[in-house]
Amino acid sequence: MPDYNEYLERIFDVLKPFAKQGILLNEESELVTELGLTSLQVMELIEQLEDHFDMSIPLNILPDVRTVHDLALALEKLNP
Amino acid sequence: MSLFDKFQPIADIQAELQALGVMPFGAVTEKLLSPTEAIVDGHKVILAGTNNYLGLTFDPECLEAAKKAIDELGTGTTGSRMANGTFAGHVALEKELAEFFDRKHSIVFSTGYAATMGMGSTLAGPGDVIVLDADSHASIYDGVRLGGADVIRFRHNDPADLDKRLRRLGDRIDNTLIIVEGIYSMMGDQAPLAEIAAVKRKYGGLLLVDEAHSLGMLGDHGRGVAEAAGVEDDVDFVVGTFSKSLGAIGGYCVSNHDALNAIRFAIRSYIFTASPSPSVIASTRAALRLMQERPYLREQLWDNAQRLYDGLKALGLQVSPEVSPVVAVTIKERNQAIDWWNRLLQLGAYVNLVMPPASPTDNSLLRCSVSAAHSPEQIDRIIEAFATVKNAP
Ligand SMILES: Cc1ncc(COP(=O)(O)O)c(C=O)c1O
Repeated sequence: MPDYNEYLERIFDVLKPFAKQGILLNEESELVTELGLTSLQVMELIEQLEDHFDMSIPLNILPDVRTVHDLALALEKLNP
Repeated sequence: MSLFDKFQPIADIQAELQALGVMPFGAVTEKLLSPTEAIVDGHKVILAGTNNYLGLTFDPECLEAAKKAIDELGTGTTGSRMANGTFAGHVALEKELAEFFDRKHSIVFSTGYAATMGMGSTLAGPGDVIVLDADSHASIYDGVRLGGADVIRFRHNDPADLDKRLRRLGDRIDNTLIIVEGIYSMMGDQAPLAEIAAVKRKYGGLLLVDEAHSLGMLGDHGRGVAEAAGVEDDVDFVVGTFSKSLGAIGGYCVSNHDALNAIRFAIRSYIFTASPSPSVIASTRAALRLMQERPYLREQLWDNAQRLYDGLKALGLQVSPEVSPVVAVTIKERNQAIDWWNRLLQLGAYVNLVMPPASPTDNSLLRCSVSAAHSPEQIDRIIEAFATVKNAP
């Protein structure tokens, strides 16, 4: 199973085209408030991660996900 | 910081609209002239976005039934189905719905929202899985969130994507509920239910279909998309509403699973709310009967749908992907959608304005829905109003 860092790297890759111009991505980047993702874009992000890792990411994890770090951690928990 | 901060974006939009002098979400219907005409905000309009698909809201038999029920049973039941709110009419309607759908069991709810939300929140709980179409109605999303199951979306109307998601579930498929709609409320497109049912047969799980916008419209008996697609046996639960083709308010769920008898008493939106008023039940029963006695209403509805669809398409407007009683015109710019909505109203065509996040994409919609009660001339006047607005930007 992939580890935290693999999830993190992939999230960065997928996020690049979505994030607002000129914003530097890091673990503490906030998906909505900082990177400006719309709810539709969050869904797209989730979908791409599901396809890449061939896993299911239920929507219920989202309320606890604020930052890139939160998301990587949540994925690791889903796929231990 | 206060509790109210999160409402600021809504207040901002309200202020913006007020400055423009339009109130699309507060338009008041002052007087009904017929199922298809009214006075709205002082303008005499054709009702072009009401979901009154069969036009039964003023049918003499429905009116008569409702009046009689009021005289005999009063204005309200003043109680829950589970306490004092089950009258003979509720039980009779449940029997008639089960017969109509050719299913063993049925439940009547106080609204369509309560039916969909209640089934979604009760059938699957913590540890279970819900796989739903991404464009599902808010009542479905609200329900599944409340239930606490793991919620997984599949791409709108994409059976291959559903296949992929069910495959990933492995053994969890046994505890999985798949939810789709028949005709989607915003764009009017139909679920590819034969293909979705085939995916369900391949993996397993239970399938619930919300036929809110397809009751009385499709299938030999008017039972909806499941009947039209010939896959009723694969659909475990059908839910829907009385508020559209049946012209009243209330909702239902029908199923062949005997478990529905026990499920009924676990659904909080069934237990903790008052049952539908006797007059509502009476007019719904009449409408359900008339819907079956008058299959020509369905033909008129589809003729009107085709006429509106062709007319708006010929104007070069971006209409929904397929002909349907719901015809949505996509407008990219929100402010243009607001402006068009307002001018259409003044020209006598009252349509629905839909802005994100209620619309399925980042665009806005001018959503029209036709009725069997519209005359061809009324449909043409709706098209003319769109033409006028489009040609004078
Ligand atoms: C797909 C769908 N499900 C459920 C509902 C809720 O029905 P009602 O408005 O009758 O409560 C609606 C309509 O609003 C709908 O479009």
